[in-house]
Amino acid sequence: MKLDLLTGLYVFMLAAFIGFEVIRRVSPLLHTPLMSLTNALDAIAVVGAIILAGEHRSNLAAILGTVAIVAATSNIVGGFLITDRMLRMFKSSAPKKP
Amino acid sequence: MTLQDTLIEATYLVATALFILSLKWLSSPTTARRGVWAGEAGMALAIGGTLLDRGIVDYKLIAIGLVLGAIIGVPLGRVAMTAVPQRTALSHAFGALCVTLVGTSEFYLRSPDIPPFLMVVLAMEVILGSLTFTGSLMAAGKLQEVLPQRPITYRGQNFVNLAMLALAIGIAVILVLHPDQVKLFPALILIPLVFGVMLIIPIGGADMPTVISLLNSYAGLSAAAMGFVLGSKLLIIAGALDGSSGFILSVIMSKAMNRSFTNVLFGGFGQIQTAAAAEQAARPVKSATAEEAAAILSAASVVAIVPGYGMAVAQAQHKVRELYDALTKRGIDVRFGIHPVAGRMPGHMNVLLAEADIPYDKLLEMDVINGDFPQTDVALIIGANDVTNPAARTDTGSPIYGMPILEVDKARTVMVIKRSMAAGFAGIDNPLYYLDKTLMLFGDAKTFVGNIVRELSGAGG
Repeated sequence: MKLDLLTGLYVFMLAAFIGFEVIRRVSPLLHTPLMSLTNALDAIAVVGAIILAGEHRSNLAAILGTVAIVAATSNIVGGFLITDRMLRMFKSSAPKKP
Repeated sequence: MTLQDTLIEATYLVATALFILSLKWLSSPTTARRGVWAGEAGMALAIGGTLLDRGIVDYKLIAIGLVLGAIIGVPLGRVAMTAVPQRTALSHAFGALCVTLVGTSEFYLRSPDIPPFLMVVLAMEVILGSLTFTGSLMAAGKLQEVLPQRPITYRGQNFVNLAMLALAIGIAVILVLHPDQVKLFPALILIPLVFGVMLIIPIGGADMPTVISLLNSYAGLSAAAMGFVLGSKLLIIAGALDGSSGFILSVIMSKAMNRSFTNVLFGGFGQIQTAAAAEQAARPVKSATAEEAAAILSAASVVAIVPGYGMAVAQAQHKVRELYDALTKRGIDVRFGIHPVAGRMPGHMNVLLAEADIPYDKLLEMDVINGDFPQTDVALIIGANDVTNPAARTDTGSPIYGMPILEVDKARTVMVIKRSMAAGFAGIDNPLYYLDKTLMLFGDAKTFVGNIVRELSGAGG
């Protein structure tokens, strides 16, 4: 589905505002997990790489696309893994509810 | 639009909502893990939807890519917590690599007839992507200490850097006007690749938190540009979210260092400081043994511990946890004061302390704990230096003047665990050490904290 320029800019602007408001509320406690999580989400670029490798419109595109899939997937897998590992470590001193 | 296309678009729509929820839930430690699950679900949906695309004729390469990526990703998800900053820098490099490669392919598939607007975003995509790629690799190398951490500066450095950037933009403009000049395209990648390296070499280790955040922002923006090229709203949104996150973190980090972006990028900070440190003559300090330190701590009722990266380097966080336990058991209120730039990336210190099982509600932000220092009996500084330097408040000539600090000098007693009187990471002398109420505890952080714990348990049991 094609996207016209103006719609794209609107989408970008709205997403940036949402990002600002949502991320401003993240506690400094969690800034490291925040960065590793946004990094994993950013690796959604993999969808572009998948199309490129899958459509095989030229050998160059297929090869670069495959390398791009490797790079993005390693961010997805590594990013989600380490974010969850970090978040599991954050414990409160208040007694846990049963 | 066929049913299949509608289905794919639907998965993207749901994935977008899940991504936003994911970041929203990350705002508090109690809901944060739900945020990761939402992110994972969104990602799985989007990838699943993409695989339905009718344009795909060959699944072999996709499968190879996904499997290889997972094989590389798993160890990257299992690194030690002290290595998280370099892992993060490396992942910015991977993200930028993906974006640059896709951009390159798109250019060669579409040239020579590329509409001007498409060429603008395509140029942004590959310029930002390639400079983030090498810049992040450099940052990772410095953090991993395979590259020298000291800033490398030379005369005319800023001019060279700006000239390179201007050249890349100039070539981009030519390509926008004449997209058939295919031969120029490699320069649009090569120049930013070199620029990325040149951008990071003058930056010292102390500025790494800001630089990582900035590279994070670039990685996000390049992904958003890729979204424009591919006409993918999902990608534009994910890129915008990542870009604004990196931007906010860079602003927070710059503020915490009292520096502007341009100052971090063009400053060559480390050099000024070495000069300032050289002028200092030896002045008398008071030192104390572990036994004395333990006695003072056990007589306190409120203790604030200020950890710095030196604590992590000495692997002392688990001993600090034992100290926390020993003091808490005696009914002493122990809290931690965390400076925004403690550690090598935003929030790094909190992760290191959480790993040592210290409850997160005891980890206080600078603004919160600063008001409490006058009522604090003992401020114990472990491996931190510049972030406690009162010269930032008083000495207008100091290179760190104006930087917000943890005001430990307002506590009744200050104890500093330090290897020697050698100047800190940034090379600035710290007047805190010469105060009457300051006791220097000379030694390795891990051993010294261990000794205090032994004294405390010996006296108590």
